[in-house]
Amino acid sequence: MPYRSSRASEPTASQSTASQSTASQSDGSRSDGSRPDGSPPGAPASGRAPQGTGSLISARGLVKTFGEFTAVDGIDVDVRPGEAFGFLGPNGAGKSSTMRMIGCVSPPTAGRLRILGMDPASQGPQIRARLGVVPQRDSLDEELTVEENIWVYGRYFGLPRSVVRRRATELLEFAQLSERAGSVVEPLSGGMKRRLTIARALVNEPSILLLDEPTTGLDPQARHVLWDRLFRLKREGVTLVLTTHYMDEAEQLCDRLVVMDHGRIVAQGSPRSLIEEHSTREVLELRFDADDHSRHLADVDGIAERVEVLPDRLLLYVADGEAAQGEVARRGVEPLSALVRRSTLEDVFLHLTGRTLVD
Amino acid sequence: MAPAQVEVAHPTAHGGWWSVTAHWLTKYRRVWFGTAVSSFLTPLLYLAGMGYGLGALVDSGASGGIGGVPYVVFVAPGVLAATALQVATGETTFSVIGSIKWDRLYHGMLATPLDVRDAVVGHLTFVLVRVASASVVFMLVAALLGTVRSPWGLLALPMAVLGGMAFASCTYAFSAGLTNDQGITLMFRFVVTPMTLFSGTFFPIEQLPGWLQPVAWATPLWHAVDACRAFMTGRVDVASVAVHVLYLLVWLVAGYVVAVRVLRRRMVV
Ligand SMILES: Nc1ncnc2c1ncn2[C@@H]1O[C@H](COP(=O)(O)OP(=O)(O)OP(=O)(O)O)[C@@H](O)[C@H]1O
Ligand SMILES: [Mg+2]
Repeated sequence: MPYRSSRASEPTASQSTASQSTASQSDGSRSDGSRPDGSPPGAPASGRAPQGTGSLISARGLVKTFGEFTAVDGIDVDVRPGEAFGFLGPNGAGKSSTMRMIGCVSPPTAGRLRILGMDPASQGPQIRARLGVVPQRDSLDEELTVEENIWVYGRYFGLPRSVVRRRATELLEFAQLSERAGSVVEPLSGGMKRRLTIARALVNEPSILLLDEPTTGLDPQARHVLWDRLFRLKREGVTLVLTTHYMDEAEQLCDRLVVMDHGRIVAQGSPRSLIEEHSTREVLELRFDADDHSRHLADVDGIAERVEVLPDRLLLYVADGEAAQGEVARRGVEPLSALVRRSTLEDVFLHLTGRTLVD
Repeated sequence: MAPAQVEVAHPTAHGGWWSVTAHWLTKYRRVWFGTAVSSFLTPLLYLAGMGYGLGALVDSGASGGIGGVPYVVFVAPGVLAATALQVATGETTFSVIGSIKWDRLYHGMLATPLDVRDAVVGHLTFVLVRVASASVVFMLVAALLGTVRSPWGLLALPMAVLGGMAFASCTYAFSAGLTNDQGITLMFRFVVTPMTLFSGTFFPIEQLPGWLQPVAWATPLWHAVDACRAFMTGRVDVASVAVHVLYLLVWLVAGYVVAVRVLRRRMVV
């Protein structure tokens, strides 16, 4: 089989048998053998990379600069097969820059990056053949119809016309766009366009789906539909890498995530472990009738492990919210409202970056 | 850790530049009728208005036409080459900026196995289809009006297309470097229109002031016009046609090389 010829001399070739079919759709004309570490997803470690073996995506000291400006400042990332991995961070944190490097459309300035065991610098097309990309900004052809968009995109991957047509039908079903298959894209709602972008990204049956803010601008209903679709893909074994500003989305979807700020990773782990590590169990939110909530800091002194002052409320980080609320009442402090809730990723984020996520 | 997903190997992993051309043709299907009508009416109007209207004046003068042929016969090859150039320019300006900045089609393409070269070649191939079909229609009209005086005239067709494409690769390169569409308006006003007027299209460049003649020689349009005119009037000088072809090929290749470089610098950041 010609598409395997470039792998014949590789030390890993004998180890990776069943998974070989997913490993390469290279056209066979590439036989420079420059990358002996093209191990397929989940293949045993080739021994070349002491860290990040078994990773679909592995980055070490990844840097991206634009002129003088450093957008991504030396990050290490490992994404394992089949997991859903999230990048969280405020505007300008470097999430999209990272996603574009992973998508092999933006060359890293420095560092080591391997995707599906391949090097983006020399095997970009082979890698991109196996990625599905949902960019932050849609790149649909708005003059074409919904189904035409998928047809032309499928052709970019060299898929035969008949295959593209069949998949378009399935994918539009999946994205709940079947009734609009023949409509021109331009007048569709933002949510429909987003779903079409996601459907289009799946036309090549990617191993990794990269989603840059997939649900930004969607109504709650549409977001839930999308989450459900992403869950299904994950169940089918597609590895998801996504960025988001929504804490609930990250908690719902991500097995593991990293929090980025100013191009650096400031925390990482599962949503649960991040909360345990960086926040208390519960939070007491107090609202006062005041322009400046820091004036009320003295009133709650000593009650909480930590207090955050937001423009419209105080957040008291405590183990037991009820007890803290009782203590506030005992001191005769009278907020307009008091609310006890569990800690969320939002609190972790606030603590780590000093900012709320959607700023 | 076994991969959870078993995929069918793709037959090929790369659609090639042809898949980009297919995309542009799919877009074009929506508007083909309008452009087909205009590519039929434009030569008709030009040849009727310029050729017969203006021609009546020119032909009744002392010279009795230009270079021994009626004005309409003189002007038809010029308008053919100019039309090819207009179509070529029209398809490599706004659509190029748009694919970078507005609808971001190139961003979509380059997220797939396709390379910048595929985007450029695929786009230019579509332009080739457009220029060729407009030129064919023009030739049919011109032939029906009796302005093709020689069987050589058939070769005016590829010549006009070559002239159009030679310029198209350059306007593509220019557009790919623009950050807004101001530059396109300026290019049409200060490059395309003057070139159309002063490259021997409507009158021999010998009529130009001496210092302007070398400028006309430098334009790709003059070479296309001169060669088309040689073919359609049947006065073919093989050496000079060869020079024209070579000169236009240089423009085509140079424009292409620059276009790929500019687009790559723009898109791969
Ligand atoms: N092509 C570019 N040229 C110059 N600067 C850039 C470029 N792309 C990104 N940047 C800068 O890099 C920084 C990080 O941008 P990036 O888009 O990666 O952030 P982000 O985390 O995705 O933010 P958001 O949440 O707003 O999408 C920003 O300051 C941005 O201005
Ligand atoms: Mg972003």
